[in-house]
Amino acid sequence: MTDFLQFIEDNLQITYILILSIFVGIEVIKSIPAVLHTPLMSGANALSGVVIVGAILVMLHADPADYLALALGFVAVVLGVLNVVGGFAVTDRMLQMFKKKK
Amino acid sequence: MDILLNIIYLIATITFIVGLKKLGHPETAKKGNLIAASGMGLAILGTIFIHELAVPPLIYILIGLAILIGSIIGWLIAIKVEMTKMPELVSLFNGFGGASAALIGLVEYSKNVSDVTQATTIVAGVIIGAITFSGSLIAWGKLNGSLKSVVKIPFYNPINNLLFIGIIAFAAFMIATGVDSQLLLYALLASGLAYGVLFVLPIGGADMPVVISLLNSLTGIAAAITGILYDNMVMLVGGILVGSAGIILTIAMCKAMNRTLGSVIFGAFGGGEAAVVGNKTLGSIKSTNPSDAAIMMNYASNVVIVPGYGLAVAQAQHVIHELEEMLSKRGVNVKYAIHPVAGRMPGHMNVLLAESNVEYHMLVEMDDINPQFSNTDIVLVVGANDVVNPAAHNDPASPIYGMPILDVENAKHIIVNKRGMNAGYAGIENELFYNSKTSMLFGDAKAALTDLVAELKNM
Repeated sequence: MTDFLQFIEDNLQITYILILSIFVGIEVIKSIPAVLHTPLMSGANALSGVVIVGAILVMLHADPADYLALALGFVAVVLGVLNVVGGFAVTDRMLQMFKKKK
Repeated sequence: MDILLNIIYLIATITFIVGLKKLGHPETAKKGNLIAASGMGLAILGTIFIHELAVPPLIYILIGLAILIGSIIGWLIAIKVEMTKMPELVSLFNGFGGASAALIGLVEYSKNVSDVTQATTIVAGVIIGAITFSGSLIAWGKLNGSLKSVVKIPFYNPINNLLFIGIIAFAAFMIATGVDSQLLLYALLASGLAYGVLFVLPIGGADMPVVISLLNSLTGIAAAITGILYDNMVMLVGGILVGSAGIILTIAMCKAMNRTLGSVIFGAFGGGEAAVVGNKTLGSIKSTNPSDAAIMMNYASNVVIVPGYGLAVAQAQHVIHELEEMLSKRGVNVKYAIHPVAGRMPGHMNVLLAESNVEYHMLVEMDDINPQFSNTDIVLVVGANDVVNPAAHNDPASPIYGMPILDVENAKHIIVNKRGMNAGYAGIENELFYNSKTSMLFGDAKAALTDLVAELKNM
């Protein structure tokens, strides 16, 4: 328990950001019509690809002789980019259809 | 240099929030998506180019190559995918994000194992990433039909829960002892993967959208955890936004199907007991033909079309639009009734119909259309089943009991197009088909509707 309290004390800013972000996420999504659930899910999915930033950091920090780290980082970047580019592109395609009016 | 990068991350974070907000309104959704995407691009470019590390060119080349490969594949998939395949695609992309998070953890573990906070975030990232990866792949397989059967494992819940507790204990041991062993880390990864498979495998097809949404939320949490590891705000806030938005969306979907999250995860929907109703005598079935159906619709004044996933599978979205236009021209008042979970995920049917140019205002949501069914002359149900099953109202033993449905049985006449008498996606018998007001129009949706349109043209 004291460890946990100490953790919060040491990471006070992060804890605040964490909690506020949770509420922002809830508030932003709360009143979305069912019509948009599919594009929203796909858009949020693309956003979760922000993990790509971490994958790039792994590669930047990697020792050029550490082939395993480089290989894992490489795959992580490829998968992360797939998630981001594919996610945003397909969401855009879906929303394009909603707009199409004769 | 650092200041510039932090400002870029701040801008990216703002674009995520604004983008997500705009995604919630039909008029601004497209813009919102672009705003969030440009913020993401900015964050990625900033991460690559703004830092004080001396990075050998080889690594830059590798990063560039990885981004190129990922972009091309992602783009091609996104451009080529059919709109009917959307749920499995979201699931697949989501799995990739989870895998990316797990891989980061694998690399960072040995460097950070001495610090309890860092080790905790890494271990958590590996576990959550692994679960979302394998879980999403199973969901993907189930949705595209390559994993058809509902797998029943004896003592499923105890085994699954035991595995989960085991993983937590294992992780706690690794963090507490600070053991620097890649082998143990890989074992943890493997058990996370195994849990993901076990978690999704027994969940029935009808509940799959809920699972995808939940896994989506988990990927966000994995990204946020990795953000804590790097003390990186854009990852932290972006991940948490997706995490909490995903949970809200998951709960909204559960509500639309009148299910609790717990019953989705622990109860196997569409499982063994569901089919029992099938052997009851439900009466006789009346079948009709395209010519009779065309005559009835031609002389009706109010027609409501209830489209289901079967319509999309048969690629009949365009024909139904043709039918609807033709009827409208002859003075018939035509509307589409859209159940919140029509298709394979919420809002999926709206996307499919929009693809074939159906006017947005012709799609009426369930709560608005339900009171109008008593004034409707003909309901045409195409490829939908569970969302019009009256068992949801009057059979407490039915697995879909309590699910809000379209009350089509209040209409004066119901025409149901179906390939045959097989039960729906959830595997439940539908007494609507035996209703005295119902006529069955058997046949493939596209072929039957094309015949219907041809008959109408001759009138």
